[in-house]
This record gives sequence, C-alpha cells and structure tokens, in this order.
Amino acid sequence: MKVTIPSPLLSYTNQQPQVDAEGKTIADLLENLNRQFPGIRFRMIDEQDAIRPHMRVFVNGEMVESLEVPLQPTDEIHLLQALSGG
Amino acid sequence: MNSSTSTTASNSHAVSLLIASKKGAFILRSNETRDQWELRGPFFLGHIIHHFVCDPRDKTLLVAAKTGHLGPTVFRSSDGGETWQEAAKPPAFAKAEEGQKGLVVDHVFWLTPGHASEPGVWYAGTSPQGLFRSADGGATWDSVDGFNENPMRSAWVGGLGDGTPDGPKMHSVLVDPRDARHMYIGMSGGGVFESVDQGQSWTPLNTGSIVTFLPDPNPEYGQDPHCVRLHPLAPDVLYQQNHCGIYRMDRREGRWIRIGDNMPQEVGDIGFPMVLHPRDPNTAWVFPMDGTQVWPRTSPDGKPAAYVTRDAGQSWQRLDRGLPASQAWFTVFRQAMTADECASVGIYFGTTCGEIWASTNEGEDWQCIARHLPHIYAVEAINFAL
Repeated sequence: MKVTIPSPLLSYTNQQPQVDAEGKTIADLLENLNRQFPGIRFRMIDEQDAIRPHMRVFVNGEMVESLEVPLQPTDEIHLLQALSGG
Repeated sequence: MNSSTSTTASNSHAVSLLIASKKGAFILRSNETRDQWELRGPFFLGHIIHHFVCDPRDKTLLVAAKTGHLGPTVFRSSDGGETWQEAAKPPAFAKAEEGQKGLVVDHVFWLTPGHASEPGVWYAGTSPQGLFRSADGGATWDSVDGFNENPMRSAWVGGLGDGTPDGPKMHSVLVDPRDARHMYIGMSGGGVFESVDQGQSWTPLNTGSIVTFLPDPNPEYGQDPHCVRLHPLAPDVLYQQNHCGIYRMDRREGRWIRIGDNMPQEVGDIGFPMVLHPRDPNTAWVFPMDGTQVWPRTSPDGKPAAYVTRDAGQSWQRLDRGLPASQAWFTVFRQAMTADECASVGIYFGTTCGEIWASTNEGEDWQCIARHLPHIYAVEAINFAL
C-alpha cells in the first residue's frame, strides 16, 4: 500500500515522499517501514508503542490512534506531523 | 569533562569547539595560536542538539539529537563530521508490562565516552532521568538497569515536574579514570549518586549538599546538582555547581563543602556550569547567575563574569575583562562552558543568545569569537582541529 511520508522523515526514505509498504495492522506496517528505512519507526513511535505527540496517522483520510487498527492492501496511509513551536 | 588529559601542555594547539544548540550543531575551530576561528556547520539544522562530544580514544563524534516533534536519537561520525550514521538502537526505556505506565525518553541530554580501557563504550544520560550504555561506539544502546529499573529510582528522582523546565535530567555521567567500575551521576532533580560496580547499584552522595526547596534542607537525596565535575588527575576531587550553591568534595572524606560561601555576597553562588583546570585540581571556574527572588538566571545586575578559584574554593576572583560591562542578560547553561588543555588554559562559554566567548589566558581576557548562532545548550573543547 502507498504510504505518504512527512517532510521531517524524508531523510530516511531517500527523499521519497511516498513509499510502498505492507502490513496487516498499523504496527505491522511500521515494522515493515522500519526494515526498509532503519530508524524511522522510533522517531514516530515511542518505546511504550505510543504514537509520539504531533505525529498523526491517517488511514484513507481517517485519523487512527491505535497501532492495532487493521489494514487492507488497498488502504492509503498518510503519516503526518503537526508542526508547532519556534 | 571532555577529551584526554595530557601532562605536557603547550600553547601551540588548534582547538575545536563542539557546539550544541537548539537548532543544530556547529564546529568552531581555531588556528594554532587560537586567535583565528572558523565556523563549520550547521550540522542537523533544525534538530535540537543537547550534547556534541568527541571520543578522545578514537575521535568518533556523537550528537544527541531530536526535533520538536521526532523522537530522540544519537548520531555518530567517524570521519570528523563529514558523514553521520544514526544509532540503530537509540536509548530507550524498557517497555512496560501490560497495564503499567512505562517511561519514555524525551531527549538524550548527556553523552560521556567510557573508560580508556573500554574502547567503544559510551554512556548517555536522558530526560527523564535514565542511564544507558553503548558498547559499540554509540550504534546500539542498552538500559543500565541498575539505575533505570532500580526499585528506588522513582523515590530518588521525584516526579516529572520536579526537574528543570524542559524536563528532569540525568547529567554529569563521570567515570573514574582509575577504575571503569567506579562512576558518578548527577540528576536534576535527584542529587549525586555513586556506583562502584559499573552501574549495577547506586548510593546517594549528597551529604553536606543542602536544598532550599524542601522542608528538610539535608535530605539523603532530592538535591539539584546542575553540573558535577571530577578532576582527571585527582579523581577523588569532585566539584559541583548546584541549584543551592557551589561545592567541593574530597571523596575520601565524603562530604560536600560549600565553597560558594566564599563568593562575593552580592554575586552569590548560583549558576549552571562549572569547569576544572585540566592539570590543577585546585583551580575551577564558574559563571554565576542571578538566583534571587524569581530566579532570573541571568548574570547578576546584567554584568556577566566568570569567577575562578585557584585555592580549591577558599577564595574567588572576578574575571570580566572584555565581557559586556552592563545590560547583558544572557544565560550560560550547565553544559555550555568548557576548557581546553593548552598550557595557558582556554576557557569558552556559549550563551542563550547564540554567542561564543573565549579566553586563551584562563579567563583574564575575553573576546566574542562567534555570534548569531541559535540558543546554545553545550560547548565542548577538543585539542585538535576538526
């Protein structure tokens, strides 16, 4: 499935804004991404498996908050960052 | 403490300053006479860099990085900063059991190369207070469970709101040059702790160090050391700039002595950094901050100055020649002051308004050698050009 990558993480994907990844759940998908792009998961997900503040995960345009959300091969994933601060 | 300690010092040394800032890292390098400086960088522009450190054993560089939104990590370079590799396994607490709330590393705050006998070993202190160890040059990091999983940890460190405004921290991870198993840590808050078994167990080391923010001024732990230093040639000599004064300890005596009581009363003995002379354990520098009323944490009366003691804290001399004479309101953070190892020791500090100030004659004369940098968190000196 297609995964859109936010600009702060493009250094992990060789500047590709959209990549292909697989997974039956968001957690699987993130593991798959991490195998392709080592280190990318921990920048988004903390050691307690919580999505970090300011990170947002959308599946087909709907925001999800759990890594256990099931996925279909045709789903479209947007990983976004709500940037703030100065 | 940074870099190795040479016993034969010369003034003909290029020096590099490793600068960690709120918006990236920089290297400021000098010529052999330390009177011309060239800036490299930024590295990791936009990243929050809390510490930028060189391993004296192999010249590997490590930076502790995060952004305002991405999780914390460590980058390392083995070619002087030309290329960088991210840690495959950054410092992270253990995952909590189901139903339990686990700790999350917000940022890596402190990096310390390990003992000379253990190439590739590094330690990291984090916010909230956690201790991590790498045995492969910073590529992978493991929890030091003797601290992180210690049943006393939560009592020692207090709550998340008890530390510094951007999060409670473990800092000043010190390794005794005589014994890799003998270590100290400082925590804001928590106090100073000592281990004689390489971190498997820890003992509070706070006797004599008072607190003014608890009902009991002499608790066993809960103090707020801002910066703790161990002298490399006299490792039983410890100094600390604490939230509540400047202290010195002879470890054989085991009691902190408030040498800040000998500072001028109108200046006080509050501040963040403390720097030791690389060869003389009786000489140390501080940079006092205003700790009155609501704690502005700027130079007292807007007149910045370093103070030096050359007699182990019995007396202090003001060092302000070349520094702004008035209306200067920056802050110097705990990691943002350092010394080189030249015969006439260079002292350097970075400010919250992005200036680097240098003295090549042990603080007698100061000049600004860089400005317009981001808010500076840390400065470390190494005695070669990068």
